[in-house]
Amino acid sequence: MANKTFCWAIIDAMREEMERDDSVILIGEDVAAAGGSFGATRGLFDKFGPARVRDTPISEEIIVGLGVGAAMTGRRPIVEIMFIDFLGLCLDQIANQAAKTHYIYDGLFKMPLVIRTSTAVEMGIGPHHSQSWEAIVSHIPGLKVVMPSTPRDAKGLLKAAIRDNNPVVFIEHIALHRVKEEIEDDEFLIPLGKADVKREGRDVTVVATGLMVARALAAAEVLSKEGVEIEVIDPRTISPLDIDTIVESVRKTNRALVVTSSLKQFGLGSEVSAEITERAFFDLDQPVKRLSPPFTPVPFGRQFDEYLNPNADSIVSAVRELMA
Amino acid sequence: MTQDPLEIYRRLLLIRECEAQLNDAFAKNRFPGYLHSYLGQEACAVGVCDGLTDSDVIVSNHRGRGHYLAKGMAVKPMMAEMFGKASGVCGGRGGEMHAADPSIGVLGGNGIVGGGLPIAAGAALSAQMDGRGAVAVAFFGEGASNNGSFGETMNVAAAWKLPLFLVCENNLYAEMTPFDQTVAQPDIALRAAGYGMPGEVVDGNDVFAVREAAARAIARARSGEGPTLLELKTYRWGGHFEGDPRKYRTREEEDEWKARCPVARVRKILIDERGIEAAQLTALETQVASEIAEAIVFAIDSPLPEPETALSKVYAA
Repeated sequence: MANKTFCWAIIDAMREEMERDDSVILIGEDVAAAGGSFGATRGLFDKFGPARVRDTPISEEIIVGLGVGAAMTGRRPIVEIMFIDFLGLCLDQIANQAAKTHYIYDGLFKMPLVIRTSTAVEMGIGPHHSQSWEAIVSHIPGLKVVMPSTPRDAKGLLKAAIRDNNPVVFIEHIALHRVKEEIEDDEFLIPLGKADVKREGRDVTVVATGLMVARALAAAEVLSKEGVEIEVIDPRTISPLDIDTIVESVRKTNRALVVTSSLKQFGLGSEVSAEITERAFFDLDQPVKRLSPPFTPVPFGRQFDEYLNPNADSIVSAVRELMA
Repeated sequence: MTQDPLEIYRRLLLIRECEAQLNDAFAKNRFPGYLHSYLGQEACAVGVCDGLTDSDVIVSNHRGRGHYLAKGMAVKPMMAEMFGKASGVCGGRGGEMHAADPSIGVLGGNGIVGGGLPIAAGAALSAQMDGRGAVAVAFFGEGASNNGSFGETMNVAAAWKLPLFLVCENNLYAEMTPFDQTVAQPDIALRAAGYGMPGEVVDGNDVFAVREAAARAIARARSGEGPTLLELKTYRWGGHFEGDPRKYRTREEEDEWKARCPVARVRKILIDERGIEAAQLTALETQVASEIAEAIVFAIDSPLPEPETALSKVYAA
């Protein structure tokens, strides 16, 4: 067992998969000698060389397009798009090309492409570096969307994403990059599409994603002292969503709260909430509650990010309301 | 490369008949959707693809049938795909703008103007890594040259010396807008210099000139010298889509270009310079016309895919 940061877990996942399979390549801005904008590709250029680890121009559409074309012709590319806010620059390649190629051509091509990107909600970096777009990409059929909340999950999910024959948008929160966790030395994979119960409880099901998982767990500690036990579920894969695990939990707890950085309107919380309501309405003692940022862009500065996003206190309050 | 000019003529005819008979089917309301005709541009596809093998790949655009046929796609399943039939190369779900066959290096068409260019660069990256001298070709129109994907593709292909061959078929109209209204510089090929690659303007209605220029670009790519941009000046005989009333141009202009027909031009060369009997050509024309007619009958008679197949293959196993 080694104590690893989320960031090194990502690097380990890529290194192990590149060692295992020559067809895995890495393409993106600053991924080679620089070692990645967030240090998440360190050592890979030295180990695998310039043919397999390539710096690109700041040219997001071609970065993803290179991945699409390479995936159609026998490679398993990992491409890095620095911030999720930049996906708009390459959305054609993601939504119209990568996500649909297998489908349009009736299975003639597989699309083993991983698009690693980061989100920086609550880092205070300003309106073009603070968005939470997992709902936008999750709305596109054919894509898989993964959002890990711990180092171990990040490693196992990324390895599974690289081996998956579908395009996967892999969203890393850069605040989580520094988080550490004991990770086993033996190889492991975490299957895509399977939620994880991060804490068991009987009173309220709290579905939380990404950065919000740790906050839900912190809230659980506070609530536990009040005699309220929440069950914290991290979907880990946002699309396809493991709604069965969530609904099963709600049938036990009869109350549900969804906590995301995804905007409230048309967001991830809306989707989870609607699914719970459709499938388990008569098991609910209270309407499903959402904690999400309000429908606004984000100004520069951490005070705004902190003001707009859910935190442990707001989770505690929301759970108390559900228990009232 | 094909040494036999009669074979070149047959390939031109195949595309010509395909487009003419599809237009006819469309006019008779027998075609199920939009039809983006390639009529008039036949020399571009035939001239470029003549230098390619099955190991080389192409990406196409809205107007793809010429490219598919010139690359060697089987006629009947290609035609069935155009009609959206289950017997099509992609089971009918791709339809008129999307057909592919990886076994002969066709990586598909595209419904997005400029969408195929970055994909071709990715295929060229694979070819470069494979080191077997394969080439990727991107067919696109002059409209796509104003898309960001064009500049991004040109830049990275030149920077990385990718074995990419960029073929711009400049048919003068980007959808329904005359090209000279959207650019100040009429020669797209000049932009190549700005990215550090050769660019060349060629008469896109002259199949032999296209073939020679293409051979140079393909040889450059195969030998690791990097990408080339070829601009083929040609003309789209029809509208952007069939049924487009073409109010944005004159019938006189259309007639002038039809007088420069790329198919008739080769026919004349075969008779005047090669001494081939007109009767032999007429026999070939009849044979090709029947091949296309049979493919259209096959397509029309084929069943539609079952509606529930829409739910399959969203994800690959």
